[in-house]
Amino acid sequence: MSGTSYDQIDVDHHVKIYLRVFAALAVLTVITVAVAELHLAPGWAIALALTIATVKGSLVACYFMHLISEKKLIYALLILAALFFLFELILPFVTENNSLHQIL
Amino acid sequence: MATPTVVPIDKIIPHTVKPREDTGLNNVKIGIWLFLASEVMLFGGLFASYILLRVGADRWPRGEEYLSIPWATANTLILIASSVTMVMAWASCIRKDFGKYRLYMGLTVLGGLGFMIIKYIEYTSKFHHGYFPSTNTFLAVYFTLTGLHALHVLSGMIVNLYFWGPGAKMWHTEHERFTNRVETAGLFWHFVDLVWIFLFPILYLL
Repeated sequence: MSGTSYDQIDVDHHVKIYLRVFAALAVLTVITVAVAELHLAPGWAIALALTIATVKGSLVACYFMHLISEKKLIYALLILAALFFLFELILPFVTENNSLHQIL
Repeated sequence: MATPTVVPIDKIIPHTVKPREDTGLNNVKIGIWLFLASEVMLFGGLFASYILLRVGADRWPRGEEYLSIPWATANTLILIASSVTMVMAWASCIRKDFGKYRLYMGLTVLGGLGFMIIKYIEYTSKFHHGYFPSTNTFLAVYFTLTGLHALHVLSGMIVNLYFWGPGAKMWHTEHERFTNRVETAGLFWHFVDLVWIFLFPILYLL
């Protein structure tokens, strides 16, 4: 909600959205647990659980953290963080395969 | 005796409250997002370690073999609810309703306390059964990730408690700055919620 004067914010509209997001997050939490109880094949279970978690995380980031209406500088900063995060995730696999020695 | 006048912070340090014209952001907002970006790196490294250890293990137990899914589900719902009360506390600042602000911020702190109590029950149950970080790799990962996350919850609770109590004096002297502070504390609190949203399935359900 950066750069927006507080007088210009329609708080009632925001509160309605917060309550809807809360309901969605609660339902998605129940769905996450229900899906786990189905004991699907590991690949499907991981894909489904992480997809639901990503949807929930996006709702929190977009609406509670107001990322849906943030300034460009914040987006740029987060894109940079996301790139480093991906690098962190990929790095172990590169080193595990001993490919790093070949790259270096 | 004359009442001391409050010098607006922007007169001392520019752009603490009012946004810069070029970025449209104040320093506090940029600061908290830079900090959260560093937090992404911190948890990212641990997530990467989790993936590597899990992929490399001959056998990786399902969370339910060691952990309580009902307690963790309750904790997830508590943390999500506390995120809502946090954002409602911020909305109450904008509405200039001090009573509601105190109510919602108090509920947020209580939500954090509820989370920590359940975490305490979970941890003591593990120790009672002889499960420690040294028992196996799964438990080492579990205690490291949830322990670090619990420290974040505790930190957020301390900050929120300060803004509920003594820090709330600023409401009456520099309301806009106080509202910014609540928003900033909220961003940290929501981030803590966000991390738990991913920890819950990967540790307890998969």
